[in-house]
Amino acid sequence: MTDVTNQTQTQEAQMGDYFALMKPRVMQLVVFTALVGLVVAPVGVNPFVGFVAILCIAVGAGASGALNMWWDADIDAIMKRTVSRPIPSGAVQPGEALAIGLALSAFAVVLLFLATNALAAGLLAFTIFFYAVVYSMWLKRSTPQNIVIGGAAGAFPPMIGWAVATGSVSIESILMFGLIFMWTPPHFWALALFVKSDYGDAGVPMLTETHGRRVTRNHILAYCVPLVLVAFALGFTSIGGPFYLLVALVLNVWFLTGCYAIWKRTDADSEADKHAVERRTFIVSIYYLFGHFSALMVEALLRSYGLTSWAGW
Amino acid sequence: MAIRAEHEIHSRRKGRNMGVGLLLLGFIGIVFGLTVVKVLGLTDIRQLERFDHVARPQLEPGALEAAEQRAVDLEASSNAEASE
Repeated sequence: MTDVTNQTQTQEAQMGDYFALMKPRVMQLVVFTALVGLVVAPVGVNPFVGFVAILCIAVGAGASGALNMWWDADIDAIMKRTVSRPIPSGAVQPGEALAIGLALSAFAVVLLFLATNALAAGLLAFTIFFYAVVYSMWLKRSTPQNIVIGGAAGAFPPMIGWAVATGSVSIESILMFGLIFMWTPPHFWALALFVKSDYGDAGVPMLTETHGRRVTRNHILAYCVPLVLVAFALGFTSIGGPFYLLVALVLNVWFLTGCYAIWKRTDADSEADKHAVERRTFIVSIYYLFGHFSALMVEALLRSYGLTSWAGW
Repeated sequence: MAIRAEHEIHSRRKGRNMGVGLLLLGFIGIVFGLTVVKVLGLTDIRQLERFDHVARPQLEPGALEAAEQRAVDLEASSNAEASE
């Protein structure tokens, strides 16, 4: 009896465990892309309102992460990568994760509505619903295209940032959404080609396991081509410009070359050099997304100082 | 009425309680900051006023002007009666 009591006491959840429920690493990407969506918008926002808006978007993303962990606790306990998460490790009870996820979702959406506008709050609510219900509960365990559809949830933040400033959806925000949406599949499938996962043991269909590695290589190239088109199309909108196009040219040639190399080689080639090309392309994909959104931010800065006129833009 | 007896749970939950306290302070800061920003952003301070269960003519569009007009009309009619 004493042992049981002591064990419960030592495993009591701390703030760090609750914070881990919110998937802080995913939140970094969300915060960065939402900030870019907000900054590049043609309408200025009070800095404090902007700060609160980004905070709400981050909390909303964290809330959907908590709901995801609550729903996926059974498979998280099976996979090595996720077994130390707060719920399978016993630090946080599933009911607590559900309560935190629901409470933070409501908090983030209501506060974003009060601070900014109904469209931004509605988009945030839809994003949380999409990630927690459509992706986690419905598609993740039923289709190998789960990465493609789940990527939409990660693609919404710049669109929300844009809506915070402008109160609308436009071609620029749709293309920013498209950039992340089209980038997600090749990014994750490149990772899946060199990481030995145990998704199969957990009953999660991943393309590498359901359709094989050859099909995955084909899919990587197939998604990379429209991704390049979206990336360049963004350069010809009001938020693009010569600097962005220059950066996009370099990054797209770099990434497309990697995806082409992945497509061209066989599994035997890949095993021979310990997946060197796949690893390199995965790293490039991270630079790719960060580079495009950073370039958009720099372009907005240049435009605010009137420095894009030199290229006749 | 402070709790004087020190219990094991106080030390065990200290970090958690501090965290909740800081989050609540942060929430107060956000609400206060948003209030300041929203109020300073108003172009007309009368936008601040809302119905608070007391009938106030100034909250109704055109009510003040109508009241002033009625006063002018009344004064005019009483002047007319006096002159008769």
